[in-house]
Amino acid sequence: MSFLRKALAITRKDILSEFRTREIIFSALLFALLVIITFNFAFGGSQETLSVVAPGILWVTFTFAGILSLNRSFVAEKEENCLEGLMVAPMSREVIYAGKTLGSLLFMIVIEIIALPVFAILFDLPVFSAQIVTVTLLATIGFVAVGTLFSALAVNTKAREMVLPILFLPVVVPVIISAVEASGLALSGEPWGELAPWLQILGAFDVIFLVVSFWVFSYAIEE
Amino acid sequence: MEAADGHFTGIRVPAIAVKGLTKSFGSHLALRGVEFRVEAGEAVVIFGPNGAGKTTLIKILATIMNPSSGEVIINGLTTRDNAEKIRRGIGVITHQTFLYSNLTAFENLDFYCRLYDVPRPRERIEEVAATVDMTSRLHDRIGTLSRGMQQRLSIARALLHGPSILLLDEPETGLDQQAVAILRQAVTVEKGGRRTVVLTTHNLERGLELSDRLLILARGKIVFEKTTRTLDLSGLKEAYHQYTG
Repeated sequence: MSFLRKALAITRKDILSEFRTREIIFSALLFALLVIITFNFAFGGSQETLSVVAPGILWVTFTFAGILSLNRSFVAEKEENCLEGLMVAPMSREVIYAGKTLGSLLFMIVIEIIALPVFAILFDLPVFSAQIVTVTLLATIGFVAVGTLFSALAVNTKAREMVLPILFLPVVVPVIISAVEASGLALSGEPWGELAPWLQILGAFDVIFLVVSFWVFSYAIEE
Repeated sequence: MEAADGHFTGIRVPAIAVKGLTKSFGSHLALRGVEFRVEAGEAVVIFGPNGAGKTTLIKILATIMNPSSGEVIINGLTTRDNAEKIRRGIGVITHQTFLYSNLTAFENLDFYCRLYDVPRPRERIEEVAATVDMTSRLHDRIGTLSRGMQQRLSIARALLHGPSILLLDEPETGLDQQAVAILRQAVTVEKGGRRTVVLTTHNLERGLELSDRLLILARGKIVFEKTTRTLDLSGLKEAYHQYTG
């Protein structure tokens, strides 16, 4: 219980801080909306073309908006010199990981909740389905689980904004590919059975990324 | 075996025992076989020039960093195996405040109360805020406060959970005279006795005033040790220049 209580305290602090500055959600959301609008104009016209490229556009948008958001996760701690404040508190390093992951997950979900309706309107596609919600949730969990770890790794480097995507994207590619494939099937109106293999891959990666990141996080934040 | 106050039954253990401590960063050896003890209730100051290894030593004592070799025992427990337990009894004050500029002083202290499982947090926050004379600014954001005020709140943060050991790494940076007096009072006095204090500083006069014993750390080694009763400021200056070059 103490683990969860302290992790939630870190998440609560991050939300409160974000509520004051709005720097993570505002910048990531603005980016997401601009990408969706730009691609809509670029591929505009043919609905057939739009439905083919839409899953890719959706996940390119979420991936890069997510990287913007994850970049700030530990940078704020570093800039404020507060990471050591967390490290001297009587809790395991894994509590910091859990709290930070939960905060980033919530920020990503907020971005997706706002971006998806815009995507639905501009691309005229049925994104409000249980299938799309499931795919988005599973992919976001895997994305954030490993992204939080790499954000902590990158924060001690000089070119941290560049280092995060370089380290992170090759690792998270299986999640993005699975999400694109599953979203494509869902948007085409395929039944759950067709999506199942991709959802299983997403679920497996979520578990692997969460467990591995959880175990190695304490090494990532050591100086 | 050990009691919560760091005493074995019938045998008094030191609050801090450092044995053969080394720390390397790549090929650079920051600490080379550091050894010393701090008794419970004792205040020890560590002097040393820039790069001597003072901050690295404090970070290892605070369990922020692991040593490359050697051992740190705090209240009878090794830091390697009991870091979480040890952290409950330690307060850390550095020239960094560990406070979030977007949050108010109260929100910051409340956050740390949650991390340290402080019972009745509101009462405790008001108590420590009064100790550092910051009650009237509790609901101001940290970013709007002066450096001295932020450092006073940093002292309050470190005292929230009533630690028996305080580790101070050049805490006087940015402090005004009033804040220095608060620091002196707050760090040494604890309900029912004195705190154990390890302080690093460049300020020889202040270090001498605050401590019972002093150590000089140079090039990663303890090169001088003496009780402050047997040393005045001029003697300290002489020793400092002799051992640090």
